[in-house]
Amino acid sequence: MSLMKFLLCASAMALTAGAALAEPAIIYDLGGKFDKSFNEAAFNGAERWAKETGGSYKELEMQSEAQREQALRRLAESGANPVVMTGFAFGDVLNTVAPDFPDTKFAIIDMVVEQPNVKSVVFNEHEGSYLVGMMAALASKTGTVGFIGGMDIPLIRKFGCGYAQGVKAVNPDATVILNMTGTTPAAWNDPVKGAELAKAQKSQGADVIYAAAGGTGIGVLQTAADEGILSIGVDSNQNYMHPGKVLTSMLKRVDNSVYEAFKEGDALTTGINVMGLANDGVGYAMDDNNAALVTPEMQAAVDAAAEKIKSGELAVHDYTSDNTCPAASF
Amino acid sequence: MDYATLLQILDSTLRLATPLLLACLAGLFSERAGIFDIGLEGKMLAAAMASGAVAASGMSIVLLIPLTSVEVVVISPVMFGLIAGILASLLFALIHAVASITFRGNQLISGVALNFLASGITVLVAQRLFGQGGRTPPISGDARFNPITLPFAESLRDVPVLGPLYYEVISGHSALVYVALLAVPASWWVLYRTRFGLRLRAVGENPAAVDTAGISVTGLRYAAVALTGILCGLAGAYMATALQAGFGREMTAGRGYIALAALIFAKWRPVAALWACLLFGFFQALALRPDVVERVAGLKVPVPFLDALPYALTVIVLAGFIGRAIPPRAGGEAYVKER
Repeated sequence: MSLMKFLLCASAMALTAGAALAEPAIIYDLGGKFDKSFNEAAFNGAERWAKETGGSYKELEMQSEAQREQALRRLAESGANPVVMTGFAFGDVLNTVAPDFPDTKFAIIDMVVEQPNVKSVVFNEHEGSYLVGMMAALASKTGTVGFIGGMDIPLIRKFGCGYAQGVKAVNPDATVILNMTGTTPAAWNDPVKGAELAKAQKSQGADVIYAAAGGTGIGVLQTAADEGILSIGVDSNQNYMHPGKVLTSMLKRVDNSVYEAFKEGDALTTGINVMGLANDGVGYAMDDNNAALVTPEMQAAVDAAAEKIKSGELAVHDYTSDNTCPAASF
Repeated sequence: MDYATLLQILDSTLRLATPLLLACLAGLFSERAGIFDIGLEGKMLAAAMASGAVAASGMSIVLLIPLTSVEVVVISPVMFGLIAGILASLLFALIHAVASITFRGNQLISGVALNFLASGITVLVAQRLFGQGGRTPPISGDARFNPITLPFAESLRDVPVLGPLYYEVISGHSALVYVALLAVPASWWVLYRTRFGLRLRAVGENPAAVDTAGISVTGLRYAAVALTGILCGLAGAYMATALQAGFGREMTAGRGYIALAALIFAKWRPVAALWACLLFGFFQALALRPDVVERVAGLKVPVPFLDALPYALTVIVLAGFIGRAIPPRAGGEAYVKER
């Protein structure tokens, strides 16, 4: 009996100890932690939190589609709180896992999951893409610009649609070539195909190409630099990858969201959190690497549009709202 | 579709077909000797990582070869990378050979295991070396295979029809593309015109007969698997140092499997392998230009349909609609000497 009591006592202590030390956790999606883009932005946010608070966090990199539920459950069971995950693909899984861990808070980026203990962070990528689309049209000499998406999903079409609208806003006669790399998650990691798509778009006259394709985008940026045309990076600031050859990058401040979620800890506010231009969730990148490519006039035009979007005067159509796009057809 | 667009697509076809062709010929040697190799993908990946990493290190080697006078041979970073890629691929081939020839393990399981091993270890090593997330740093200049303009390409450019074809499609690729194309007649010659080739084919059909003739089955199979390793090494190095400027995680993206499909489609023959790979490369190039397909076909063809065509065609060939695809008879079986 006393042994039993001891065990109970010990386990209770272990539980409280676990609760007191609840570490946040992050799961990176299949693109991988160092994709120089989306997941890397999440990693940077987590690192910033760790550096500022001196805390530690758990992390897990997905290796295959089959691991999702298991990975999520394991982190939740380990007492991590909150559990942050990057990527739309976690949506369904989180919807089934979240109710099983009512005391754990979850945050999902890029997807809305309506559970009481989930914070859904979505970005207005169409607004940021609109701005870089304007920039592309202003920089293009041929009047033809390209877009290369990763996996063909509504989220990526949202990027493409916002981009096309931005291009047409500057030059209604411009041609926007839209290509998707593939329909499976392998499309996020196929730089060779990205490179061939970039070459194919160049042969059709494109002289600025926007890549929203994770690791595939590295091949697009590389080829654009090799072929002497401009490219636009995505998610993180990718201007540095080929200085003077990347026009700008569409910033999606995933790092800020992860940082905020970690900072709030287990007091995470749940519900839907929309990050747009107005609250600095998206934007475009300017630094020394692209300063020579962007003229003050271009920047002024883009900034003026940004102000209009912030004030609500200009509405950029969101592809995911009705699965149609006024400026492009997929 | 205008001529310029066609040339652009054919140009793209040749680039995309090259890794398939090298991997397909690699599989050909192995399977003709009776060793199934599902690990082409893994070997390509390992080679891509090794060549990308070594080329990125920018090391070049100066060899002093003392012959009659001292010869100075400089190996540039890209060639050093190529050698490293071939060695990495050979290492994987050796593991496969030891597991499936010496220890008579299941060839498919060994191949799959090596694919998983390559998928993980390439990222691990690259991350350890460069700390850039399993990517090798971008390479340029003499660390990369640069396009070669073939002789007379510029001057013949104005010849109608054939001039642009020569200039746009045939000229202007990296050296490894021409190596791959030359590997086709070379493979044919080795397989069908040399004693080694005859024995290699025999060992895949009836190893007992080869053994009875007093020739080492094990030795022949090891040699075949080594050739597979070399060719996969070329394919991987081509992807990392010619098509791309460095290695990225899982960058082969299933090309090893498409090469296997091409091998079946070509019915295990080298010249047919060339056509199969060009056809599959052509489908891949077409998938890049949905607008052209739409204009020519008159209806919107879904891109995934084009991506799936190589596999669909392979199934049709396997089902016996276009001739019959008969694999080497002793394929997949370890040879056990009768006692």
